[in-house]
Amino acid sequence: MVSMEHIASVKPVADNKEQQRVHWKGERHSTAQDNCREDGRGCEDYRHMTLETGVVSNTSGSSRVRLANTDILVGIKAELGTPAPDKDDKGRLEFFVDCSANATPEFEGRGGEELASEISNMLIRVYDCPGCVDLQKLCIIPKQQCWILYIDILLLECGGNLFDAASVAVKAALFDLKIPRVTVTQDEGHVELEISDDPYDVQTVDVKSSPCIVTLSKIGHCHVVDASQKEEACCLARLMLGVAEHGTITGMKKEGSGSLDPSSIDDMLDTGKRVGIALNKSLLESLEEEQRQGKKKGRTGFLR
Amino acid sequence: MVDIRVVGARDRQKQELTEEISNLVCPGDVITTDTGFMRGHGTYMEDEKLHASVAGVVERVNKLICVKPLKTRYNGEVGDVVIGRIIEVGQKRWKVDTRSKLDSILMLSSVNLPGGELRRRSEEDEKMMRNYLKEGDLISAEVQSVFSDGALSLHTRSLKYGKLAQGTIIQVSPSLIKRRKTHFHTLPCGATIILGNNGSVWISATMNEETEQTGGYEQDLEPVSKGDREVIARLRNCVIALSEHQMMLYDTSVLYSYEESLRFNVKDILKPEIMTEIIENTQPRLESLGT
Repeated sequence: MVSMEHIASVKPVADNKEQQRVHWKGERHSTAQDNCREDGRGCEDYRHMTLETGVVSNTSGSSRVRLANTDILVGIKAELGTPAPDKDDKGRLEFFVDCSANATPEFEGRGGEELASEISNMLIRVYDCPGCVDLQKLCIIPKQQCWILYIDILLLECGGNLFDAASVAVKAALFDLKIPRVTVTQDEGHVELEISDDPYDVQTVDVKSSPCIVTLSKIGHCHVVDASQKEEACCLARLMLGVAEHGTITGMKKEGSGSLDPSSIDDMLDTGKRVGIALNKSLLESLEEEQRQGKKKGRTGFLR
Repeated sequence: MVDIRVVGARDRQKQELTEEISNLVCPGDVITTDTGFMRGHGTYMEDEKLHASVAGVVERVNKLICVKPLKTRYNGEVGDVVIGRIIEVGQKRWKVDTRSKLDSILMLSSVNLPGGELRRRSEEDEKMMRNYLKEGDLISAEVQSVFSDGALSLHTRSLKYGKLAQGTIIQVSPSLIKRRKTHFHTLPCGATIILGNNGSVWISATMNEETEQTGGYEQDLEPVSKGDREVIARLRNCVIALSEHQMMLYDTSVLYSYEESLRFNVKDILKPEIMTEIIENTQPRLESLGT
């Protein structure tokens, strides 16, 4: 086992965040030797997650996900707009992440912007893969009209592993998404759009193949999924993978100051695929379970 | 591997466990309209009436009315056992973060130097301070005195206090730590737990006698065995479960919840329904002990 204290001692104490990171290295228990982590989890175990969809009534689709202490609210608003010039027969996804200062005081002012853009860039990357979401269905008139999905992600509480939780919440919100049906009538070269105002005359988005992010953090000689805040502070390098239903990797990004050996990247890819498939399956199961329960369940929202 | 659930689907109806506290007030509540009382902490005067400025329990000492807040930062008292982290090495003193309102101070003159010898602190010792305790180290200490502004002065002049080596730390609300004669417990399950009055709980594997008596300056950095780590993880999850359910933390409650949790896997303890079950089983045992 690598002594964490040793690593800490060679790294200069740079700023406050770095200092905190060095602090946490003191508790060597957060290392994941013997497949036993600080809270008794194995290396490939997620903390329990709760989700609810349809929590915000004035959105087209919304969800709230709690992963232990991480709390994320996602709202999707569908609006009509013009398609991007290079993909003129497709709709668009626009991600926006907001880090609430309620989550941690560090997010106050512009403090959360860096993290927010990191999360939204990662989401753009993993969703920028043909087949994730059928964007052609979101197009109404090629080159002229399409649905743009504004996906707003609000970070309410930080408890580690924000990327994975955000991606799960986005997928759940997309599942909940209901876009009004649009009928196009052509009248002497004059195009008219009629948007249905019947709440049941809606189209939905198929999320079966959309990806979830799985973050693998390298701690000591092991890599763990779903790192808690303490574990994140101990980890020097992490690999984030967008994994779709059957284990297709739709995006990948390496983060952190540490370096990774090619062979360990291979291992991490294997683990990521395996965990990603399980995550997608479990997520879809609970989303369908919630859909079956339907309206009679009643909304819990933010009341516990 | 992955456990995702729908909100409200598997939740059981939460039992009403706590009895009603009679003198509970919310901020802005009128405590009394009688002007004969004196205004204490957590209260303010408006229109000749005494209002509460915090949510908490009203306490009266003769003519003085205070509101003791339910949720608060740690307010130190002399004799408290605390767990803190060194944040700065200064002139003849260390600054310690004890999760109180102000940073606490540990004077060079109030520590036991390695080897346990008691002598005057020389200039050499002052230069060596960072070798004893450096930024980021965790210590257990006792509150020696409280300054007028509420800042704490700590001391580690007993061999049970000092630097902490390998273990895990949990932060809970300081109001959940029950004041006992001793806050150091060696539990029969093979772990040592320190319940700091400041809401920091430290759990580590039980050391043998010799290393315990050095004030922690000689650290044992050998990897902890898997069995010990599991015991520590289980205890940690039990402490979190107790604090989630607002149960007082002391040796018996921790031990009972540990025993109740043995039926489950360590990692499952933090799942809400299992957590509730463990606590529901622990509670009657504690109550039968109390009567």
